[in-house]
Order: sequence, then C-alpha cells, then structure tokens
Amino acid sequence: MYQISDLKYKNILNIKELFIPTDKVVGIIGESGCGKTTLLRMLNKMLSPDTGEILLNDKLLSNLDSVQLRRKVVMLPQSPALLGKNIGECMLRGLQLAEKALISEDEMLTYLKIVGLTQSLQDDVLNMSGGEKLRLALARVLSLEPEILLLDEPTASLDRETENIIFQKVIELSKKSQQGIIMVTHSLKLAESVCDEIINMSGGGNHA
Amino acid sequence: MPEKILDLSLLQSALAYSFILLLLFIVRKRQLGREGEILNASIRMTVQLILAGYALTFIFANPHWIITIVYLLIMQIFAIRNSIQRIKLPVTRNFRMILGLSLFVGTGITLIFFLFFVIRVDPWYAPRYCIPIAGMIVGNAMTGVSLAANNLLQNMETRRNEVETSLMLGAKPTDAIKPLGDQAFETAIMPSIQAMMGMGLVSLPGMMTGQILSGTFPLTAIKYQIAIVLANTGGVTLSVILMLKYASKTFFNKEEQLS
Repeated sequence: MYQISDLKYKNILNIKELFIPTDKVVGIIGESGCGKTTLLRMLNKMLSPDTGEILLNDKLLSNLDSVQLRRKVVMLPQSPALLGKNIGECMLRGLQLAEKALISEDEMLTYLKIVGLTQSLQDDVLNMSGGEKLRLALARVLSLEPEILLLDEPTASLDRETENIIFQKVIELSKKSQQGIIMVTHSLKLAESVCDEIINMSGGGNHA
Repeated sequence: MPEKILDLSLLQSALAYSFILLLLFIVRKRQLGREGEILNASIRMTVQLILAGYALTFIFANPHWIITIVYLLIMQIFAIRNSIQRIKLPVTRNFRMILGLSLFVGTGITLIFFLFFVIRVDPWYAPRYCIPIAGMIVGNAMTGVSLAANNLLQNMETRRNEVETSLMLGAKPTDAIKPLGDQAFETAIMPSIQAMMGMGLVSLPGMMTGQILSGTFPLTAIKYQIAIVLANTGGVTLSVILMLKYASKTFFNKEEQLS
C-alpha cells in the first residue's frame, strides 16, 4: 500500500492524502496535465516530491535505495526505449539491467505471446509498428516479475480490440503472481473494465 | 628549429598566409560567417608560436625543473581552458571541473610513465624532451576529451529516453548511461586509431619530420615516433576514461534520478 500525505510538486501536484493499494489493479484517471504521470514517476522514485511523504508498506520511499526499489516497482513509460536491435535482445536487456537471471527463449516467447506478439526473437525491432513496440516493452517488464507494475498509458498506441485482449491476459498473469498494477490511463472505459479501483486525479491533482 | 622559422623572409611568411586568405575568400563567398573565428585563430596561432619559440629558446638554454614544471602547468591550464571552450552544450560547473581534472591526471600519468620508464631521459626535466613530448600528449588528449564530452552531452539530449527507460527497469545509473559513454569513448579514440593506421604510409608525423629535417637518422626518429604515438593513445585513453567515468555521474542526483 502506498500512503501519500501533503505531497507537493511544482504547480503540478498537491495531494493532501492518498492511499493506493498495491495488491490489486488500480487505475489513475484524469484529464491531461493533471499530474498522473508525475505521480506515477514518484512511486518508483524516478522523481521526488518537493515536499510531503510517500510510504510504501509503511516505509518512507526517501529512505529506500532507488535502484532496489525500481527492481521491485518497475515502470513502463509511455514511449519506452527498446534498447536492442532485435526482439530477443530487447527482452534480455531488461533482465541484464535489473541484474536478474536470464530466461530461456521459450520463456521469452511465452511473455511475448501474452502481449500478442508472435514474431521470432531474431526479428528486427525497426520493422515493428508503434503498438507492437509498446507491447514488446510490456512483455519485457512482465519478464522482470516485479512486485508492482506501473503502467503509463499502456494502451496509447493500441486499438480497442487488442487493448482488451492484452489487458485481460496481463491482469490474469499479475493476479496469478500476486502482482499489483497501478495504471495511468486517459481511457475511463479501460479503467472501468479492468481495474479493481479507480482514482480520479481531475482538478489539478488535489486530493483530500 | 626556431632560428629557421625566424629566418623566413617577410615575403615567404606572407606567401604562407595566402592559404588563410584563400580560406577566408571561400568562407565569405559561401556566407558561412566564420571569418572572425578564422582570423582570430590564425593570429593567435602566430602569436602563440612566436612566444613559445622565445620561451623555449630561453628554457632550453637554462634548464631547471621548476621552469619545466611551470611551463607544463601553463600548458595544462591552456589545454583545459581550450577543451572547455570547445564544449558546444551548456554544462555544470562539476562537469567542467571533472573534464579539467581528467585531462590533468590522465596526461600527467602518461607523461610520467613515458619520461621515467620509456625514454628514461636524464634529468627527467630536460626541456628538450619533456616539453615537446608533453605538448603532443596534452594536445591529443585535449582533442579526445572535447570530442568525448561533446558526444556524451549530445547523446544525453538525443538518447535521454534510453537512460530513463533503463533506470525504470532497475538499472544502476552507471549501467543506464554506459552505452552513451561507450559511444563517446569510441568517438574520442577513433582519430588516434585512424592516425596509427595511416602513419608512415600517408603521413610522416610532425615530430619525426622535425627530427629528420634537423639531421636525425630516420630509424632513430621512427623509434621515438612509435613511442610518442603510443603515448598519445595512452594519454587520450586515460583522460577520456577518467572524464567519462566521473562526468557521467553528474547527470544523476543522489536519489539516482536523472537531473
């Protein structure tokens, strides 16, 4: 559970108190510019607030080692870099950077299948569409098996049908592995269909 | 030899400057707007070399370790200043300090190793050896460090997303920025490698040409030249590695976030 109190960041965020469960699928919605992404980045210390506190399971985030935290709370940004030439390389790069044990080709293909990718591991990422690249990046973060997954507009480049199919599978997997998902989305429809809880950030991120 | 340079007649000097006039003509015709820079560079080059000629004449005639050290320090200060001026993007004070220290330490270690272990000149401060060799090592390292710094800074703008994605995946900052550092290192070291490739076939380097012209047996000149080229590569490598190792850290804050 994330507990946020008296959090301020520039003119973007001003949160009096907010609780975000980490054992279910939580959707953060709100109009653009209301600070959704900024808040998400703070949850794995990619950003620090100007003032205020964020606690994760009763531990102050500011006291936690940033790298170790990011290995447990992995974030998928809106436009992730793929960090490799082919699909297999991109998948392995995540595990290498997080200093986790490498997985077999079969395991990589299983994660790719979850996100609806059927290409071979040797396929060049340059030939992939924007949506496919995002799905590859999603498969990569799934392979890291984090405790909490932070997703920033994960369906931005996907069509509605693909979005539904993929998210049902991703959520199924995360529930099976008791993984929490905190997702920023502009799509209320997606949030309503897949999230257990919805936090509305509209109104300049003011939360009481 | 300084005497030979001073022996050039006014007409001969004027003829040599015609290359600059040609350059100025082309630059003006193409409206590149670099005339001031070219004029400034050629005047600076002339004045600096004349001053260096007088200074070296005095130093060679009065060898003393303090004079040699002071000369080397002045050389280092100018090299550091020059390499900082060559940086095209805004940088922090820390970055500039690291760049200067890396150049100083990297070339210092190379020069000490070269003087004491490779050529074993006695006394070590013999200005005839120490100063020109230091000049070559520092000059090359200066270019290398500037190339590496510019490349790293440019990549931090264009490839920032890669660094950020890596951090989000749980990478240590040093691992997140490593591909950018590797590219900067390659950019800095490539001119040294390419120079080695063409050496002897395409180009006869300045020091060797000077020695041959002054009557040194070519094989002796070549032995010196080989050692110098290797020392130059060493100076570039050490300075650039030090700079990249420490300057890379300036892009992150204590929370291991991109700053």
